[in-house]
Amino acid sequence: MSRYVPSSELVERAARGEVPAIGRLISRAEAGMPEARGALATIYRRAGRAHVIGLTGVPGSGKSTLVAALTARLRTQGLKVGIVAVDPSSPYSGGAILGDRIRMSDLVNDPGVYIRSMATRGAMGGLARATLDAVDILDLGGFDTIIIETVGVGQDEVEIAKASHTTVVVSAPGLGDEIQAIKAGMLEIADIHVVSKCDRSDANRTLVDIKQMLTLGAATSAKPEWQTPVVGVSSYTGEGFDALTRAIDRHRDVAFGTASGSRRQLAIARFRLEKTAENLLIERFAKAAVTRAPALAERLRRRDADPYSLANELLAASFERGSAHERDHHRPPHFAEDHW
Amino acid sequence: MTQPIRVLLAKVGLDGHDRGVKVVARTLRDAGMDVIYSGLHRTPEEVVTAAIQEDVDVLGVSLLSGVQLTVFPKIFQLLASKGADDMIVVAGGVMPDEDVVEIKRMGVREVLLQDTPPDEIVQTLTRLVAERGER
Repeated sequence: MSRYVPSSELVERAARGEVPAIGRLISRAEAGMPEARGALATIYRRAGRAHVIGLTGVPGSGKSTLVAALTARLRTQGLKVGIVAVDPSSPYSGGAILGDRIRMSDLVNDPGVYIRSMATRGAMGGLARATLDAVDILDLGGFDTIIIETVGVGQDEVEIAKASHTTVVVSAPGLGDEIQAIKAGMLEIADIHVVSKCDRSDANRTLVDIKQMLTLGAATSAKPEWQTPVVGVSSYTGEGFDALTRAIDRHRDVAFGTASGSRRQLAIARFRLEKTAENLLIERFAKAAVTRAPALAERLRRRDADPYSLANELLAASFERGSAHERDHHRPPHFAEDHW
Repeated sequence: MTQPIRVLLAKVGLDGHDRGVKVVARTLRDAGMDVIYSGLHRTPEEVVTAAIQEDVDVLGVSLLSGVQLTVFPKIFQLLASKGADDMIVVAGGVMPDEDVVEIKRMGVREVLLQDTPPDEIVQTLTRLVAERGER
């Protein structure tokens, strides 16, 4: 690809499974290139086949290693697997070291596996802004199962549960009492609990802790078609991966074949809609802030006006006709300004 | 809004010296780039596959083992056969001056040896990506 290839052409190449085209489209989605927006719209309408698995857990719990071992299992079932692995961007420089791939190096020579590393670039919630676009692109590219590995999360980065058909929460043994804090945030979002590093002697304690927590909530659980399993695995010995793969298979059937699965799919669409709108709002706001915020901040410092009034002024500026952001090319097509 | 430059830093072959490449990774991160590190002992095939999947702007290969004249022909051949001939390839590490000339002839855009100041690495990559333009 030495010349500039239009995104519409890349869509056709990606649909044939051409890896360079898939890679380039994901880059353009990440860059928010206006030229690519039409292509992404086409891709979204044509995608929707793949089973999307979200995998989340605290930093160092073994997510990347587990993704690699799980992917190897899924490959034996003949499934093509796409992986989007998210790592944090530096809040200072904006740069990132994307290291998840290193744990997956055994998969690199398999053409049925595609691995993409993605930096958060300031996005909160555990995903990057273009993560779900990347999922659609891989879906179009013929990948049957797409695994999203979130950044190492703390307590409330739970967006992954709103974006995936099957959410796997990874806990590691040895975190002691701190596990309690994690459970409070993550217990609700797991469709499957995994305890990693089960070759360690203290893993059983963690397994029992999570199982007991689940029984406490059983009476109020809103998932009648699904009992959340707790699976212990060791990526080191290979133990537990048969059980994990079976649990994922069973949950895929729930996700695609039951009423609760349909409700989940609607919830995923709703999340996608609201998140996209939120990103568009932030984009407009950020552009208005660059030009307007300095003067408004100066007025605030002089106490000419109060924070709420000036904030409203800044918000109004985000939607002004003919302001800087209107003239540039980043404006999304068909954006109904008149309604604002 | 400018996008972070994406770089894959790779170690190829039996070379186990990765202190330098980690310093470079950190330097590029602090300059606002997205840096993917391959880890040690990769084959040219693995490196090229990763570079294409990740759609990096720059593939940087660190070599301190003297195999540059074997590795780079392989890398360029793979890039071309996989339709990724627009990838910017740079080299770093330690190697003889005549090899620098030779690998540049093969298509390596810049060779940043062990005495290159960090700022110069950042400036070089930034310039190469700017010269390439949008893609």
